[in-house]
Amino acid sequence: MSSRIAQIRLVSSHPEVYEPCDDSFALVDALLADRTNLLEHHPKLCMEVGCGSGYVITSLALMLGQNALGVQYLATDINPHSVRVTSETLEAHGVHADLICTDIASGLEKRMARLVDVMVVNPPYVPTPEDEVGRQGIASSWAGGENGRTVIDKILPIADNLLSDKGWLYMVTLTANNPSQICLQMRERGYAARIVVQRSTEEESLHVIKFWRDADIQVEEKETVLMNKTVPARAMEYLLSQYPQASLW
Amino acid sequence: MRLLTHNMLSSNIKGVTSGFPLRLEVEKVVEKQVDFNADFLNNMFVKIEWKALVDASRAMGYADLPDQTEPSMLDSDEFLKKFHHALLELHLEEGALICPETGRRFPVNKGIPNMLLHEDEV
Repeated sequence: MSSRIAQIRLVSSHPEVYEPCDDSFALVDALLADRTNLLEHHPKLCMEVGCGSGYVITSLALMLGQNALGVQYLATDINPHSVRVTSETLEAHGVHADLICTDIASGLEKRMARLVDVMVVNPPYVPTPEDEVGRQGIASSWAGGENGRTVIDKILPIADNLLSDKGWLYMVTLTANNPSQICLQMRERGYAARIVVQRSTEEESLHVIKFWRDADIQVEEKETVLMNKTVPARAMEYLLSQYPQASLW
Repeated sequence: MRLLTHNMLSSNIKGVTSGFPLRLEVEKVVEKQVDFNADFLNNMFVKIEWKALVDASRAMGYADLPDQTEPSMLDSDEFLKKFHHALLELHLEEGALICPETGRRFPVNKGIPNMLLHEDEV
């Protein structure tokens, strides 16, 4: 049985809202590829940061089901047009997510710490001049500053704070974002990582990376950080070692 | 915005120390039926600030939640159904959230709270 995801013809739009594109499709494909694990994971609270058109959070809600299974969804976007378009997209598919117009998860960090079981993020990852970051409207969906990392590097510690002990994070990255270094940073916070989807288009090479807390890593890392300063090379090796497990397309 | 989300949301203005709970200014409430799931409620119960939920549900016109709770109440279907209704079925459609410390008003339109800050509040 093929799983239901959001239908493009039902996705609402607005001139200032990013339309579903290759990166959105890669993220939904990653969630589909991991759907069996997600269902067995029994998440209670799923969250999307930067929901744009609502294509991804709607797909996730359709994929995992809603109320009968006791899964609740929450999505944020800094662009007021986006949250409105997302609410239309959700409604057109008959699913619900609570929406908040806010910067990443501002306002949620105190009370929602350690409660999110699944977080999905398609961040603004395009390398741009730094002053393009933080502009209003559709620019907020792509402008990522130096190496496309400015917003990603803000999101990662927030995700770490919000994710529950069994929390999973799925994030889209571009090769220019240096995904292996992102994995290393997350490893230092105690997360293991795996590439779920890798896809090259004419314009860009995308990875969807899944992160999860791994109790063994923290212990191991404390030792190696002290002893071995050449970690970046090790991180790359680590990422490549994950490759055989990745779904290749 | 449902009260589950209200219970997770604090005033995010720089310098505010007690930004929770946000006070509700209610213009329009809608109710949408949600399938009952006891597991979810049992799981969320310990994470919910009860008084904030009671006060918010009363502001929305629902007065059936008890002031005090104890874990044994989770065995009662009647209690769980009230908890379910307050947490998941009431939507603040139009109104505002008020920062308890500064009085700053965060508007809620079409069910969506706008927590974006002005430059001097970040």
